Amino acid sequence: MEEKYLQYTPQDFKSDQEVRWCPGCGDHAILNAVQKGLPEVSKVLKYNLERYVFVSGIGCSSRFPYYVDTFGFHGIHGRASAIATGVKVANPTLSVWQVTGDGDALAIGGNHFIHAVRRNIDINILLFNNQIYGLTKGQYSPTSPLGAITKTSPFGTVEHPFRPGELVIGAQGKFFARSLDVDVKLTTEVMVEAAKHDGTSVVEILQNCVIFNDNAYDFLTDREHREDRIITLRHGEKMVFGKNRDKGLILSGLSLKVVTIGQGGFTMDDILVHDAYNPNPGVHMMLANMEYPEYPVAMGVIRNVKDTTYDDNVRDQVLEVMKDAKIKCMDDLLNSGETWDV
Amino acid sequence: MDKQKSVQELDDVVVRFSGDSGDGMQLTGTLFADASALFGNGVNTFPDYPSEIRAPQGTVGGVSGFQVHLGSQKVNTPGDFCDVLVAMNPAALKANAKWVKKGGMIIADSDQFNEKGYQRAGYKTLDAITELNLQDFKVIYAPITTLTKESLKDSGLDNKSIVRSKNMFSLGMVYYIFDRPLNFTEKYYEIKFKKKPEIVVANKKVLRDGFNYAANIQAIPNTYKVKAATSLPKGKYRSINGNTATAWGLIAAAEKANLPLFCGSYPITPATEILIELAKRKDLGVKTLQAEDEIAGICTSIGAAYAGNFAVTTTSGPGLSLKAEALGLVVMTELPMVIVDVQRGGPSTGLPTKTEQSDLNQALYGRNGEAPMVIIAASTPSNCFDYAFTAGKIAMEHMTPVLLLTDGFIANGSEPWRIPNMKDYPAINPPIVPEGTENFMPYARDEKRLARGWAFPGKKGIAHRVGGLEKDFIKGSVSHDPMNHQRMTDIRAAKVKRVEEFIPEQEVYGDKEGDLLVIGWGGTYGHLLTAVQEMRAAGKSVSLCQFNYINPLPKNTREVFKRYKKLVVCELNMGQFANYLRMNFQEFNYLQFNKVQGLPFTVVELVDKFNNILEGK
Ligand SMILES: Cc1ncc(C[n+]2csc(CCOP(=O)(O)OP(=O)(O)O)c2C)c(N)n1
Ligand code: SF4
Ligand SMILES: [Mg+2]
Repeated sequence: MEEKYLQYTPQDFKSDQEVRWCPGCGDHAILNAVQKGLPEVSKVLKYNLERYVFVSGIGCSSRFPYYVDTFGFHGIHGRASAIATGVKVANPTLSVWQVTGDGDALAIGGNHFIHAVRRNIDINILLFNNQIYGLTKGQYSPTSPLGAITKTSPFGTVEHPFRPGELVIGAQGKFFARSLDVDVKLTTEVMVEAAKHDGTSVVEILQNCVIFNDNAYDFLTDREHREDRIITLRHGEKMVFGKNRDKGLILSGLSLKVVTIGQGGFTMDDILVHDAYNPNPGVHMMLANMEYPEYPVAMGVIRNVKDTTYDDNVRDQVLEVMKDAKIKCMDDLLNSGETWDV
Repeated sequence: MDKQKSVQELDDVVVRFSGDSGDGMQLTGTLFADASALFGNGVNTFPDYPSEIRAPQGTVGGVSGFQVHLGSQKVNTPGDFCDVLVAMNPAALKANAKWVKKGGMIIADSDQFNEKGYQRAGYKTLDAITELNLQDFKVIYAPITTLTKESLKDSGLDNKSIVRSKNMFSLGMVYYIFDRPLNFTEKYYEIKFKKKPEIVVANKKVLRDGFNYAANIQAIPNTYKVKAATSLPKGKYRSINGNTATAWGLIAAAEKANLPLFCGSYPITPATEILIELAKRKDLGVKTLQAEDEIAGICTSIGAAYAGNFAVTTTSGPGLSLKAEALGLVVMTELPMVIVDVQRGGPSTGLPTKTEQSDLNQALYGRNGEAPMVIIAASTPSNCFDYAFTAGKIAMEHMTPVLLLTDGFIANGSEPWRIPNMKDYPAINPPIVPEGTENFMPYARDEKRLARGWAFPGKKGIAHRVGGLEKDFIKGSVSHDPMNHQRMTDIRAAKVKRVEEFIPEQEVYGDKEGDLLVIGWGGTYGHLLTAVQEMRAAGKSVSLCQFNYINPLPKNTREVFKRYKKLVVCELNMGQFANYLRMNFQEFNYLQFNKVQGLPFTVVELVDKFNNILEGK
């Protein structure tokens, strides 16, 4: 039975709990993608099922762990990054997945989120961004666009939203990817990449909340325009997009610019090649921040850079100190230092 | 040495070192305490320092003090008033004069008693003796700064380092007054400044010069002799403070459970030293995570507990407030955890460096929902070790959070401690669920403790989900069923209550019945004990009942209370434990003695209070 990791199917990751999200909610598709991705991750990384732990906070998205038949911990609002960090440090052999919403990760849990990223603890964070508070029925979130009309902003919000990618890279993040709920194939693909990456991997998944923020991403999912509005990045490949694959990104001055190949004297040679492994965050930041209509929205793995991880450092330091330590047990410690006899 | 001087033999004596925050008084006091402990005295110490790291130099707000009580018996308090005060500047004298016994000895650095010094300390005149009414005290003005400079003029040290050594000059003087050998402190220099031999030489010279100076001047009216304690149990001793003892007790529990220790914590006075001590212990495999805040501190510990480490989190009152929601999650998920609250003066930022017992209500009730929790309180610096260990044992064996209360007084205070042997401590056997357990039910319980199983991720066949939503009674899956919620609420309470079967009965110091029972809890033990001892020595019928187990209370509590005519509950808050007892045992009348001044009780005020109660005042 040692090679169980070769034999899993999505069915093995389905729990007996009834899935309670609203019909049509983007979360269903993401669950589907993750259940498809886990057998793949298992195969690639030789993980048996008992190694997976799904940790979440509170929100519609945070119900996720109940639906995956692995170890799971449904935490409290905003604290999933901290809980996941504790799980990983306690047992670094586990494959730890955090599932979180835009409110959970970026509002109440913003502090824990950026510090997890800064520490580069080896956890995978799936951030479901529906630009709204779903569970509490439709208040604006830190990713709601300026002016968004919601229950708590009847006249439109007056605050600027976070861009998750910018926040991650700003916090020295080493891995950032983006996908779209309806694109099950891409979600599966980037989650496997996230799992393979040592360190904090953040995957932002644009997710439609049919009830409180329906159609927020229609401009991207709409079949007719999809390919002109999305660029899917793959390391080592040219940054081209468009129905006819005739559009591309070039560096113009200090900014990215969309050009049409064959027009204005631009050829394929001018188009940038995606280097996800480049430690310099400059281009990654620009890619992560691209917004429609000026730019296509970037999908796929935008940044994927190797660095030491928190959990490895903790383990190595303990081993290093233990190696030639004089104190080997509690009795040694009690009797260390200044003592005297009575 | 002048043989003419009288030697006063005493059972116990109290010395207080005081100076500017930068004068090194904490170290000076610690060295004196350690030298006395090594000499064989009973010792108890109390550091009293300001919350500002460097308040303006020479001001009363910046005065840092360290009090040492030594005796020819075990001593249980740092002493109310001191026999000898060392004051390194006018501010130190002004702040501490009120703590000197009538007729006591004061050693002051005359070099600092100049116009500038007086002015900074806010004197109205240039005469401290008259202004502070010290005519009846033996005040010895010694030019400590000048003499230190003189002593080290050929040392090659720069002026700043030379002046910094003046605390060692005063320590030398105190060593003479108490007839202490210098070798222990000399050895300390050798270890501490191994890489700076010139500092070792300089410190040794200043210390000896201080000693000789005191021996030569006529101004020292008498020296003191406090014999080594003969009543101390035989064995190997060390000095320990409450925070170190707490840290070590937690490590000991992890060792007995054979699990790694994880501590997620955020620095806060006066609890930080626990984190510092734990961070040193990588050699014992301890993992510490300095989190981004207290919430992350406890939440990383929750994750670690779920994943199978012995997880703890350490803090003080404001941090405990931040952890409140997460504490509820630990109650709900029934994971083992020790939460240490080193209490300080509140509310809000309050008095960060001062002691108080005012977090009891927060510990008992500070969570949403019905969320009872096991609460234990340590009562001396050294027994922090035992209670931290016990907290760990209960947490892991009963699968429950345990809140351990200590306070700034015992956390920073130190005393000699007979070094225990780990083989004398019980095993810790958490209900770890074996790999491959068939039909594993996350919330199935053992009948004895009502503990659920601890199922570590990574083990085959027992994958399961837990969280903060109400759980099904057996399966642990989410349940909104009304009767199930009632049942779970009941069992969570019953589980805490059940701990009473596993803790010792409440003991009483003194007679098992009588006129007055003094009731206390936690860190007031030393003062209450000393006061009760004094009362009993005077023939009064007074006993002491000091609680360490707060929730649940020991089973025999009511039986104990019944046998006394009067009960007085003494605590460093406005009556939180008294009210808790009223709620639990309504038939008794509880008198109260409360104090919230950021200071421990004094034995004098306690004895006064008890006499008044006995006299019906
Ligand atoms: C301490 C606390 N504050 C507030 C809430 C209420 N609350 C629950 S979920 C939520 C927002 C959820 O939004 P998001 O994280 O975006 O998740 P979504 O439901 O959109 O998936 C809020 C405000 C809570 N459960 N706990
Ligand atoms: S409220 Fe929105 S996010 Fe929540 S389940 Fe329904 S559709 Fe999904
Ligand atoms: Mg949301």
